[in-house]
Amino acid sequence: MPPENFTPLASRGRGLRRRAVNAAAIGACVLAAALILLPLALIVWHLLAKGLPAFGPAFFLHMPKPVGEPGGGMANAIVGTLILVGLGALIAVPVGVGTGVYLAEYGGGRLSAIVRYTADLLAGVPSIVVGVAAYGLVVMPMGRFSAIAGGVALGILMLPTIVRSTEEVVRLVPQSYRHAALALGAPRWRVLQSVVVPAAWSGIVTAIMLAVARAAGETAPLLFTALGNRFWSLALDQPMASLPVFIFDYARAPYDDWNRQAWTGALVLLLLVAVVSALMRLTTRRIAGH
Amino acid sequence: MSGSATVAASPPGAATRPSVAVRARQAWADRACHGLLAALAALVFAVAVLILYETTRGAGPAISALGWGFLTSTSWDPVAERFGALPYLYGTIVSATLALSLALPLGIGTAVFLVELAPRRIGEAVAFLVELLAAIPSIVYGIWGVFVLAPWLRSALEPWLIAHLGFLPLFQGFPFGIGMLNAGIVLAVMVSPTIISLSREILLSLPGSLREAAFAMGATRAEAIAVMLDGARPGLLGAAILGLGRALGETMAVTMVIGNTNRISPSLLAPGATMASVIANEFTEATGKLYLSALTEIALVLFALTIVVNALARLLVRMTMGARRDIAGAA
Amino acid sequence: MKTHSIRRLIGATLLLALTAASASAQNLTGAGATFPYPLYSKWFDVYHEKTGIQINYQSIGSGGGIQQVKAGTVDFGASDAALSNDRLKEMPRRVIHFPTVAGALAIAYNLPGFTATLKLTPELITGIYMGTITVWNDPKIAAANPGVTMPTAPILAIHRSDGSGTTNIFTTYLALVSTQWKELVGVNTSVSWPSGVGGKGNEGVAGLVRQTPGAIGYVELAYAKQNQLQVAQVRNKAGRFMEPTLASTTAAVAAAADALAKDARAPIANAATPDAYPIAGLTYLLVYQDQKDPARARALANFIDWAIHDGQALAEGLEYARLPEALVKVNEASLKKLTAGGKPLAAAQ
Repeated sequence: MPPENFTPLASRGRGLRRRAVNAAAIGACVLAAALILLPLALIVWHLLAKGLPAFGPAFFLHMPKPVGEPGGGMANAIVGTLILVGLGALIAVPVGVGTGVYLAEYGGGRLSAIVRYTADLLAGVPSIVVGVAAYGLVVMPMGRFSAIAGGVALGILMLPTIVRSTEEVVRLVPQSYRHAALALGAPRWRVLQSVVVPAAWSGIVTAIMLAVARAAGETAPLLFTALGNRFWSLALDQPMASLPVFIFDYARAPYDDWNRQAWTGALVLLLLVAVVSALMRLTTRRIAGH
Repeated sequence: MSGSATVAASPPGAATRPSVAVRARQAWADRACHGLLAALAALVFAVAVLILYETTRGAGPAISALGWGFLTSTSWDPVAERFGALPYLYGTIVSATLALSLALPLGIGTAVFLVELAPRRIGEAVAFLVELLAAIPSIVYGIWGVFVLAPWLRSALEPWLIAHLGFLPLFQGFPFGIGMLNAGIVLAVMVSPTIISLSREILLSLPGSLREAAFAMGATRAEAIAVMLDGARPGLLGAAILGLGRALGETMAVTMVIGNTNRISPSLLAPGATMASVIANEFTEATGKLYLSALTEIALVLFALTIVVNALARLLVRMTMGARRDIAGAA
Repeated sequence: MKTHSIRRLIGATLLLALTAASASAQNLTGAGATFPYPLYSKWFDVYHEKTGIQINYQSIGSGGGIQQVKAGTVDFGASDAALSNDRLKEMPRRVIHFPTVAGALAIAYNLPGFTATLKLTPELITGIYMGTITVWNDPKIAAANPGVTMPTAPILAIHRSDGSGTTNIFTTYLALVSTQWKELVGVNTSVSWPSGVGGKGNEGVAGLVRQTPGAIGYVELAYAKQNQLQVAQVRNKAGRFMEPTLASTTAAVAAAADALAKDARAPIANAATPDAYPIAGLTYLLVYQDQKDPARARALANFIDWAIHDGQALAEGLEYARLPEALVKVNEASLKKLTAGGKPLAAAQ
């Protein structure tokens, strides 16, 4: 029984003030959304306006042409970005998701505290420093620039986002799910595989997509690892072209034709990430069993 | 749930415990799983150690040549080989603080809007678009900052700030359009997709019973949201730290709009520089061992700053939350 | 060192494991300066069509090019800043400089409503960038521009925030015309600027100048043209006010031909001939005199030979000044010095 002096919220006589606070808070949220979404929308608009003119199948299928010759595309850069980000994800997703699950499920020990701190630390490393580190770790021993080195650099960049976000969403899976599975006789690892991770899967996919999106747009680390390539090359031990580096080179040039292609490149990059993200969301629905 | 552990079909009351062999196998599998995950976690630690090692090795010559004066000196002279990181340290702290103080409230507010207030379809569509925006190369943000934001700041916002708030040293100076304020705003916009997406995921992961309990007690919409935010606090901290990480490490966009001077000024309208921007600007063109080493030492200082700030943030959350772990445990 | 050899072992294993359909030995890699990138990319495309040899070049910056040459990860580097004697000592083997083309720095400014062409003297430019001249209607500026009313506005001097060969050319010029600059600031790809703000890249400086009334900045000529910036006339050593054009740039290179014959790194700024534009510089290919692989060395030598002869025809269309005959001869002599494993190369095709 509630104590004698308990007054439920609804019957306290300050209805007007609470309604006003309510309205103000909701208004603040709407304002916040508008203030942030407006510049983002402006940037996308800018991108569309400048990038659409040179957009077309030619861009995807043709190789870059030297200055002064019309047309040309970034076929090798598009494929290169897919390969490089794929390599990075190959490294970062298993390690990152596994680490996030570890921190959430077996957390509390000294290893967890250390790993959590280092994941946060990695989040703050400038991408160029990661590139320089990857240069020392991969390029120097190999004696040349390569796609592998680029993949390693991108993987390192993707790690912190995946680790921390996976930990947070796995932690938020209700304990009741775990207890129910354990009560049914499932061993701990089975609980993780069949219950916890699928329940957190939507959040994990968001984390992976954010990490992929960021890695896809990074220029600085690739300059020191994959370098770049104006020719068609799929070899993993050779320099590889990538969209961000191309965009970077073309945007800086004093030629309008190249500048236009840079904008189109940025648009294509967004499109690539959108397609990959949509594909991942589709698999999400299937795994989570909706 | 797919492939759940099956319960043997046997009369009620009959023993259904797995055999000793099965239990032993399961215990081994559990240990293997624990071991595998721990190994992956240790790998993350190893990566960080490797990067720290490479950076320290590169910074060695500068550390021995410049000593502690590196942190207090304001000169940056590659010709005379005199280097000091103080202006960059200052610029990093100011720009990141400005960026987060804009992006956190606005970002979390947007996430709340998308989760609680907007119709579900619109909320999902906008959330998808916001995720995409994390992929926009920073050079595009930089171009937007120079060609769209700077003119607006120069002609509209900065004169207004000077006119109405010019008595504060924070808003004194000439309205050039580029500078710390521009960099802070561009950073805030860059960091917001991360904060919005992650905050939204965190809010969606909260148990619905939290909201329902609040409403059952007669709470208004805003009060229920406040309860949910409170429960989401550790997750939101994670999102904030990731956003902060991006703000501290962002190079390309910042360097295009911050004016790149190594002078410390109390005004937000003045140009400045950040540690990440000076590394990005000068690393590829740096010739000379001490020059390169000094730039690498700046990276080391940035590491140290990240550690300190993260520790402070964690302390803050722990102090305000007490001993409570996570709300979800109660559900 | 132990750790070094362990890393080499790991690296060699990685390489072995991954070398599938590796590129043929005649594909070359180069890295370095951004300034000549548009021209080089055209050269490599044309050369690829002519000979089938793929030369992959990335513009990671002059310093990046020098670092990679030192590390041996590329076949050649490109730099707008020549290596000083100290830097040359740091390289593991002897390096040859091959000047390829020259470029001019335009002094661009933004004075809305100012229809005349601004005339600047070396003292004025130095003063603006030292921070001693701060307004456009300073009497010293007015003195150099008689008959024109200068606006009363503050000057915003824009420099490069990123290290660059362009800054190297500009500071070389300033050090030649001002002992104060030489002592206080010096010459480098990146210096401690006494005043002003920094823009990133040529395009950053051009963008800032275009946007900001009262701004002044130094950019490569192509960027000034692309952004349609107002360009100043600069007084050269002979006393004439010259605009940056391809002709005046080539004249600047020709004026230094004798000095360049002795040392290909000699600066061409502040040339004394009447036709020369004073703020100009050469860009170089950096190549080890003694190459490791004879086939690659021959391919590289053939390319350089093509570049300094046939390739020059493509330069002017892209706003680069071609090399005068004297300098081509200097390069031909340097080419003959290339060796592979100590043995001289076979005659270039």
